[in-house]
Amino acid sequence: MPLLHVDALSRSFGPTRALTSATLTIDAGEIVALMGANGAGKSTLVKILSGVLPADSGKVTLKERPYAPRTPAEAAAAGVVTVHQSTDLVGAPGLTVADTLLLSRFTERGQPFFVSRSGIRRQAQAILDAAGFDLPLDRDFADLSAADRQLVAIARALANKADLLILDEPTASLSIAESRRLFDILRRLRDGGLAILYISHRTADLEAIADRALVMRGGAVAGAFQRPIDFSAAIETMIGRKLQSARPDIRIADGTPVFEMRSARLLPDSAAFDLAVHAGEVVAITGVLGAGKSRLLSAIFGAGHLAGGKMFLDGRPHHPQTPADGIASGVAMAAEDRHRSSLIPANWPGSSLAATISLPHLAKWYPHGLLFGGREQREAKKAIARLRIKASGPQAPIASLSGGNQQKAVLARWEAEPSRLLLLDEPFQGVDVGARHDIIQAIRSRTDRATLIATSDPEEAYEVADRILVIDHYSLVPTPRGAISASQGIHA
Amino acid sequence: MTSINDETLSPVSRTAKGDKNAISWLGNLSAILRSGAVFILLGALLLGFSAAEPAFANIGNLMSILQAVAVVAILGAGVTVTLAVGGFDLSIGAIAASSVMAASYAMIVWGFSAVATVPLVLAFGALVGLVNALLIVRLKVPDLLATLSMMFLLSGLQLIPTAGRSISAGLILPDGTTATGAYDPAFLLIGRFSLFGIVPVSVVLMTLVAIVLFVLTERTRIGRLLFATGGNELATRLAGASTARLKTLAYVISGTLASLGGIVIAARVGRGDVSSGGSLLMDAVAAALIGFAVLRRRRPNVLGTIVGAVFVGVLLNGLTMLNAPYYTQDFVKGAVLVGALALTYGVGRSAAQ
Repeated sequence: MPLLHVDALSRSFGPTRALTSATLTIDAGEIVALMGANGAGKSTLVKILSGVLPADSGKVTLKERPYAPRTPAEAAAAGVVTVHQSTDLVGAPGLTVADTLLLSRFTERGQPFFVSRSGIRRQAQAILDAAGFDLPLDRDFADLSAADRQLVAIARALANKADLLILDEPTASLSIAESRRLFDILRRLRDGGLAILYISHRTADLEAIADRALVMRGGAVAGAFQRPIDFSAAIETMIGRKLQSARPDIRIADGTPVFEMRSARLLPDSAAFDLAVHAGEVVAITGVLGAGKSRLLSAIFGAGHLAGGKMFLDGRPHHPQTPADGIASGVAMAAEDRHRSSLIPANWPGSSLAATISLPHLAKWYPHGLLFGGREQREAKKAIARLRIKASGPQAPIASLSGGNQQKAVLARWEAEPSRLLLLDEPFQGVDVGARHDIIQAIRSRTDRATLIATSDPEEAYEVADRILVIDHYSLVPTPRGAISASQGIHA
Repeated sequence: MTSINDETLSPVSRTAKGDKNAISWLGNLSAILRSGAVFILLGALLLGFSAAEPAFANIGNLMSILQAVAVVAILGAGVTVTLAVGGFDLSIGAIAASSVMAASYAMIVWGFSAVATVPLVLAFGALVGLVNALLIVRLKVPDLLATLSMMFLLSGLQLIPTAGRSISAGLILPDGTTATGAYDPAFLLIGRFSLFGIVPVSVVLMTLVAIVLFVLTERTRIGRLLFATGGNELATRLAGASTARLKTLAYVISGTLASLGGIVIAARVGRGDVSSGGSLLMDAVAAALIGFAVLRRRRPNVLGTIVGAVFVGVLLNGLTMLNAPYYTQDFVKGAVLVGALALTYGVGRSAAQ
């Protein structure tokens, strides 16, 4: 009898069917990889299993008993513990690592009302020892690195005597050494009878650790692969077609570069590197979280600074001090995480589709200051037609659009006025496959400028770019054109 | 990872459950009722008070209501602008009070005319706003703390030049000399003159402030950027705007409007009272918050603030005419504020989308 049996689970969000009759089983003592492109339904499945969302229909059986948790606490009590990708919410500034580890224990009835520092330290140390981690118990949670937060979250999950541990991209913020240590721990836990559902984009990780792989596509489980796992077949199932070794329409750009960096350093002690991007060229920069992708793009845009080296735009020195400088000299940037970096919250002036597009161009489009004349409506209509944005019209609230359409609006913002260099940081975050296709087409259809894209997903890089560069430890790794393969991943 | 916004989804799931037509018809009606609730209540109050006390509907009384709320509305407009940039200005009450003292001191001790006093006091308010902005934008002091400190600073500062005395003609200065100046009659007109014998100057000022700030916040690109700063500061900065300058502008506007409010008070009272402007801050903040409920904007908006101030004014005036004791006033204001905020945030959230 399997530990967990998921039968025909479905869930819709309005018209969007995020999960359509997903069926799978997990046994005790195995590590199951869950793969799937953005929007394939992985996160919805995880949310249902972890008690964050209810399912519309379908049945889940855990240890031969019906399982339908209404809250994450109920899921944990039943033995299903989830560690999410974003670990900011695991603790809070002002709490120490020890407090954070014991946070869920503080909420239990029957625990002593008064707590002593030494008691907390002792219990927390026991939790860390059980997980095999070494973390500073008295460090403030706010001062922890992303990797350490991840370890705290995993250690706390393990302390709750779970039967099924769900890990969502656990190595996204870990170094290679930390990942290896985590894998050893996970293998040990598996051998002790724990079932682990491991969600990741990284085939290198999955190759190292998974006993079995399930591939999701379009809200259902589209394929199951036993060890030895054929990852190229799994990836083909995942994206629904054959993997290309490179784009058919690849452009090899030559001549004078639009943008150049010479012996640039992102950190004072990181290695210097050069970079040249030509007009009409789409260059992807890929690397793990924390490798320096965003820092590189921010420095080019003027939202951050280089620690050393020179930049040139169209042959002229380029050293923007603010985003305004960057925009004025012809650089545009759609930053990572559109909700945080680009969109105005719902119900607030400027939260319509048209206003989302017009934000950087208000001074140019309305030189007299008054918002009359409908320029932003006209521009929004053009963008809706060109990028195939699904929206009721220019005045549609941006929050009512799907993730893919929101991302199209952000792209439309920076394409509304001509630029020399467009920087896109993780432009496919939370974007479904169809919208991703439209966005890639739009990006590649422009030959008047250079485009630099940062993405942590090598498969995305392959789909969009003429040339792929790898960044590691805040420095670009020299790569021969088209030489890496997607399934090698980025740990190669 | 995709994240799902519960709020945008809930209307779909709710309407899907019952009979669609009946629910959408009822939903439309209740949406209209809710979005116009403040106006409907205001109309009901006006009708009710006129029926109970015919003298209420008299044009003179209506103007006196507007005159009574003019200062609060002007200050509330300033609060609205600071709320728009995601800030908060707690110093406006103190700025207004110290502007009363500054205007009185300028005319009575220095013998300034109205033409010199008004710009001087407005510049004082703008300067205080600039210092607030400096603390908040440059030194990164949290806005509440910065403006709270400024409030204490000004409340104390206004007492120093006169050693804590109120300022009126014939004031004896700390050094023993007697002040020789007096209030400029032209200055007093700001508080006491009525255009065509009907519309007080302060009501005209309130209307002008309302129109200018409404256009500024809702119809100009500066207004769009002010709100964008409050909505998502990072996004606004990455779009190339200087959020530091926008915030500075908001605090300077707030400070200037507060000193304009102080000028109106000084011109009405005709002396520099050390205790003037006691409840101004709270009343102005309340007006701005009641404004959230007007047309169910759920955000700071100048029109709402003015309507909020007038609403409280009508209620207090009507109750006073009906012989409600003065000590019930704060209770009434509090009840209106709680009701307005409950209406804004609580009742039938899903239908508002």
